[in-house]
Amino acid sequence: MNLLDSDISALWLTLQLAAVTTVILMVVGAPLAWWLSRSISRFASVIEATVALPLILPPTVIGFYLLIAFSPDNFLGSGWLALTGQPLAFTFSGLVVGSVIYSLPFVVQPLQSGFQHFDHKLLEAAETMGAGTLDRFIHLIIPLTRRAFVTAALLGFAHTMGEFGVVLMIGGNIPGETQVLSIALYDHVEALDYQRAHWLAGGLLAFSFTLLILLYGFNRQHGVSKAGVKQL
Amino acid sequence: MSKDKNIQLSVEHYFYPKKCVKKERVTKDNGQEADFSLAIKAQLPNRGITAIYGPSGCGKTTLLRCIAGLEIAEQCQLSIGDIDLASLPTKQRQLGYVFQENRLFPHLSVDGNLEFSYKRRFSDNGPSKQQVIDWLDIEKLLDRKPDQLSGGQKQRVSIARALLTSPRCLLLDEPLAGVDSKARNLILQHMKTVADNLKIPMVYVSHNLDEITRLADYLMIMDQGRLVADGALLDMLSRLDLDLTRQENAAVVLNTKIVSHDDHYSLTQLSLGLDLNLGSIGGGADTELAVGRLCGEAGDTVRVRIPCRDVSIALEKPSQSSILNILSGVITDIELVDGARAIVKTEVLGQSILARITRKSLEHLTLEKGKSVYLQIKTVALLSETLV
Repeated sequence: MNLLDSDISALWLTLQLAAVTTVILMVVGAPLAWWLSRSISRFASVIEATVALPLILPPTVIGFYLLIAFSPDNFLGSGWLALTGQPLAFTFSGLVVGSVIYSLPFVVQPLQSGFQHFDHKLLEAAETMGAGTLDRFIHLIIPLTRRAFVTAALLGFAHTMGEFGVVLMIGGNIPGETQVLSIALYDHVEALDYQRAHWLAGGLLAFSFTLLILLYGFNRQHGVSKAGVKQL
Repeated sequence: MSKDKNIQLSVEHYFYPKKCVKKERVTKDNGQEADFSLAIKAQLPNRGITAIYGPSGCGKTTLLRCIAGLEIAEQCQLSIGDIDLASLPTKQRQLGYVFQENRLFPHLSVDGNLEFSYKRRFSDNGPSKQQVIDWLDIEKLLDRKPDQLSGGQKQRVSIARALLTSPRCLLLDEPLAGVDSKARNLILQHMKTVADNLKIPMVYVSHNLDEITRLADYLMIMDQGRLVADGALLDMLSRLDLDLTRQENAAVVLNTKIVSHDDHYSLTQLSLGLDLNLGSIGGGADTELAVGRLCGEAGDTVRVRIPCRDVSIALEKPSQSSILNILSGVITDIELVDGARAIVKTEVLGQSILARITRKSLEHLTLEKGKSVYLQIKTVALLSETLV
């Protein structure tokens, strides 16, 4: 067996980070995407641009500013310290915050486009039948934009799995605490341990590829149904 | 009369040019010209079908949306009986709404759509699922998805879905607009069944006078956001001051009762006297209409329509004529339509019949109010579907 304990724990940590991040992103991203899909205010474009920034910014730039924000001298870092007794920088919590920001566009954009194609007239119909906001969200919006939700969750999860730059800046490289797969891979390459590097790199490649095949397969299967798309 | 009309409605709504900022919209006195305004004050009956009639763009749909709370009017008062609805959000108004474009939920089967509303029903006093399925004859469609239904079928499901919430009142926004004429007749029949079985008021928006004459009991006429006139359908159709009676295809609707069947000639005698005894004994043959054999029994109510252009007037009872339907009536009003034609309003056993004749005939026969005349009626269209 060529995977060491440190690699196993890096894998486990990465999966945990991706799972927690995805859950938070779905909860935060869905209402944000809904608002963006509906709003006509100019302010919405500013928010939309902010959400999309991680797509084009070098991850190290985001990591750098987050690191400064996480410092106990700053409002975010000191607030978190007062609340939990722990710092944000170089901790798992800090990684989660960083990942949420970094992967936000991968969740918000598919949801937003799904919501834009949603036929809002159906909501009025449900309203006349006494359905409240949450009721309508659960029984109409989610089932009718299911594709967007699946795409958003899978992309958010996969993207977080492969995160490197931001983690390096704000998480450091603490095994079992902040050492994720991509960092462990970097370590192996630095140490010229190419065999272990191959295991991790190959594993990540296979995982990402499989995930995307599943995602596109799902979309193809459910893409034909006209569910939720505006009726003429 | 006002006791029966316990739906109170008063709506004022303004639409400003799009550029106008929202804050300004609220203040009416800022000199901003409204693009369109809606100002309606009416009392509607709490039973039967009320039709809102008017040309496209007159605000009918907007009025209906204001009633449902889907559109928030600047000023709105709305109550049904003692219940004030204006302050409630849509989901608490407990009104059924049938949209022009059906709006069935595409991810649910027909049964799923019905279940969606039945689960959220406002009270248990309403019709059962099976009743509604029977009334609208959609049993066979239950397993289908909405995109596997024809336009008419979709609207039937949509009406069923709205009924299953046991609403206080059913609002229908041109439900037959996109439906072909065969399916339209079927839906009108089904709606009649619903209206006969369910004691809730219905408000029906339409610009199709034919639909309205077949279905409605009460009529509200709108134009450019204003109420032109309202009243019982039968009265409205014979009101000479309204544009309705000047139209080329103007017609009156009469309520009649079946008196007897004539199997030899395959005809049915209908009496204009709603009190059957009075009709057959007091009224006699001059107050009866003969139509093709119907399947109803004596005493059943039949609604018929008589086009004004198919009624002619004679001073003496024509004895040698192929026209069977000759009624005796009294002229109650005369109105000139244009230089050539006039409409003569007559009354037969309390019901009004209009005859459109030439001004030349009018003067030739020296017709005037109070004069007794004979009406020769060429065609009688049946509006109730009880034909054999």
